Amino acid sequence: MNNEFEPTILAFVCNWCTYTAADLAGTSRMVQQPNLRLVRMMCTGMVDPKYIVKSLLSGADGVLVSGCHPGDCHYINGNYKARRRVKLLNEILPQFGIEKERVKLTWVGASEGNEFAATVNNFINEIRELGPMEACSMAVV
Amino acid sequence: MAKKIGVYVCHCGSNIAGKVDCEGVADFAKGLKDVAVSRDYQFMCSDPGQEMIIKDIREHGLNRVVVASCSPRLHEKTFQQACARAGLNPYLLQHSCIREHCSWITADPEEATAKAKHIVEAAVERVGRHQELFSREVEVLPDVMVVGAGIAGIQASLDIAKSGHTVHLVEKSPSIGGHMAQFDKTFPTLDCAACISTPKMVAVSQEPNINLMTWSEVEDVSGFVGNYTATVLHKPRYINADVCTGCGACLEKCPTKALSEFDEGLGMRKAIYRNSPQAVPNTPVIDGTICKKITKDKCGICQTICPTGAIDYEMKETREVFHVGSIVLATGYDTMDPTPMAEYGFGKYDEVYTALQFERLNNAVGPTEGRIVMKNGKSPESVAIIHCVGSRDVNYHEYCSRTCCMYALKYDHLIKDKVGHNTNVYNFYIDMRCFGKGYEEFFKRVQEEGVTFIRGRPAEIVQENGKLVVVGEDTLLGMNVRVPVDMVVLCTAMEAQKDMAEVARVFGVAQGQDGFFLEEHPKLGPVSTATDGVFLAGACQGPKDIPDAVAHASGGAAQALALAAKGTVSISPTTSWINPDICVGCKVCVGLCPYSAIEFDDRRQIAVINEAMCKGCGSCAGYCPSGAAQIKHFNENQIFDEIDGLLGLLPGLPEIIDETGAQSVQARNVITPGEPA
Repeated sequence: MNNEFEPTILAFVCNWCTYTAADLAGTSRMVQQPNLRLVRMMCTGMVDPKYIVKSLLSGADGVLVSGCHPGDCHYINGNYKARRRVKLLNEILPQFGIEKERVKLTWVGASEGNEFAATVNNFINEIRELGPMEACSMAVV
Repeated sequence: MAKKIGVYVCHCGSNIAGKVDCEGVADFAKGLKDVAVSRDYQFMCSDPGQEMIIKDIREHGLNRVVVASCSPRLHEKTFQQACARAGLNPYLLQHSCIREHCSWITADPEEATAKAKHIVEAAVERVGRHQELFSREVEVLPDVMVVGAGIAGIQASLDIAKSGHTVHLVEKSPSIGGHMAQFDKTFPTLDCAACISTPKMVAVSQEPNINLMTWSEVEDVSGFVGNYTATVLHKPRYINADVCTGCGACLEKCPTKALSEFDEGLGMRKAIYRNSPQAVPNTPVIDGTICKKITKDKCGICQTICPTGAIDYEMKETREVFHVGSIVLATGYDTMDPTPMAEYGFGKYDEVYTALQFERLNNAVGPTEGRIVMKNGKSPESVAIIHCVGSRDVNYHEYCSRTCCMYALKYDHLIKDKVGHNTNVYNFYIDMRCFGKGYEEFFKRVQEEGVTFIRGRPAEIVQENGKLVVVGEDTLLGMNVRVPVDMVVLCTAMEAQKDMAEVARVFGVAQGQDGFFLEEHPKLGPVSTATDGVFLAGACQGPKDIPDAVAHASGGAAQALALAAKGTVSISPTTSWINPDICVGCKVCVGLCPYSAIEFDDRRQIAVINEAMCKGCGSCAGYCPSGAAQIKHFNENQIFDEIDGLLGLLPGLPEIIDETGAQSVQARNVITPGEPA
């Protein structure tokens, strides 16, 4: 069964860095697995943890949050706020039976198309390895 | 009002349709909730494509539009304007990307089509929650700030000043001209660099619309497009520029010496110095770190002999604040220090020079007064020029520095010309890149002058019997070579300035992977940045030769002028909004806001957004424990519905977050039947 498991992954990415990198990866035809879907945010700082929780509860097997490198935030320091929130969320999720590996924060700058494609493919592989989200089906939450 | 959504799926020729079944996606969208019209078309961005949307809005009374095509970073504005032309608020459009994020990166057509359906479904879900928003027009201040006064900054300033707008030109060195002022000749025409740059430098100093500030740096920038406030730090020059006549008497008498930065460490300068006799402004500067009067309160000879009493050892740094509409960054480049490349022996062997040092050797006001001589005063009998030092090298910089091939050819010619035609000149190159106007012709000319070209990057330089031996492989002959020479010139890479990261932070622009400032679009937006009202000029965006830097600078100037000439700019309405009925007045958002755009209303005990200062980053909305703070166009309902669409939740399932476990199971089973329950 696990061999056939194809994860569904949502990514909340900031408009200025990672979304631009995703555009660049596309323009450069860097093939990625089709499991990931992007949600464009203006800044990772506006990613409310409840968007992540909602995604996991609604059927996503993993959530990627990706923004500008530390110090490069278009809005001064939104990415630091995202880092704090994801860190806290990562500590809380296991208490609900959700592996903390399902939520990942990365920095991908606007010119890093190749980095974006690699991040996406690696994360999809990691989640595929991890298997489907059991917590939802066990009605723990 | 009932929602009527129009969905438009673009083929983009074969760019999307080659992978995604666009017709199938449009058919699928027809079945989605509130979709009144769903069409696919070859090029939505074309005039007929836009007309199709406008016609449908008018005929079918559409009140929401979804376009699935390329990235919204390319065409969102196009379709927003099409909506506006049909009388629909542009923010009732959702532009989704099924090209860069779907057709171009997905191998399997079926998977690509499925992904495109999810993306379209998410857009349909989201657009239903969109609200009418209205842009604000704000005034653009007429003045422009140009940072850096190399040839690019000079060109940009002159272009802007000519239009009648005031330019505040900030330069961190004591005089303007940048790297070009260090050069002797310029390729391929062999114009004397000073002869073509000094007229421009003088024009800057004489232009009444240019407020030139040398020995100054921009310390802090705040504000937004049209209304930037920049704090400029004036470093103490210790000389009153208003009184100094530039006679130079002080330069002769000063007893303290240091290595000259302008001469790339080949010559000495005094503690009171100016870079060259043609320096603009010609007021010297005192190096406060070595001047005996300033450090130890001794000497003071310059003050004694200054005929106008311009010396002021008590001068302190000052700060000045400017209000400008836009900023042009022309901060230039550094050349790489080749010391870490131990194999080339820079710093170990006396006769290994960097290209800029060699440039100073050639310069008539350089340390050797323009004679190409070794440290022992003799002319070299043979010279090796090594290309691509630090460029096209995965260990240092992967990019090509674009100028080295051409200045190496210039050196070939200058050596043959100045030292004599019997001098042997060897070029070690990877590829000769002579791409500009007249460049290939110059290459041919130099080849005919009897210069030797060896294809291959040398492995090392060793010293044997008083000669430097360049050891490498001639890859065209397929054999190892050992070439004994008297002098070696390293064509070192152009790289981002050492303090580039700090400068990027001050101006709110990003750096690319190569370290240079990142432009808005590599092809179609090479002078603008992701920060509105901050433009790039010259080599701070990437390696450039002089013609390219000048052209780029004129482009940056034109962008700044476009803003200043119109006098107003429209500001995005996607700011934050705090619902006064929900806010509990916890004040957390006040501290989180990076722009101090949230004030606390003591009377009502709630937080209030100042929309003029809010940039819509969402720091407040991401935290607000009661959900009162929301970013317009990125609010909670819109994102939640987008998530539902992307995850393919069928209509009718609960959307809210606090659902029970049982409902979650139901939702999950519906999406992916067959997975373990």
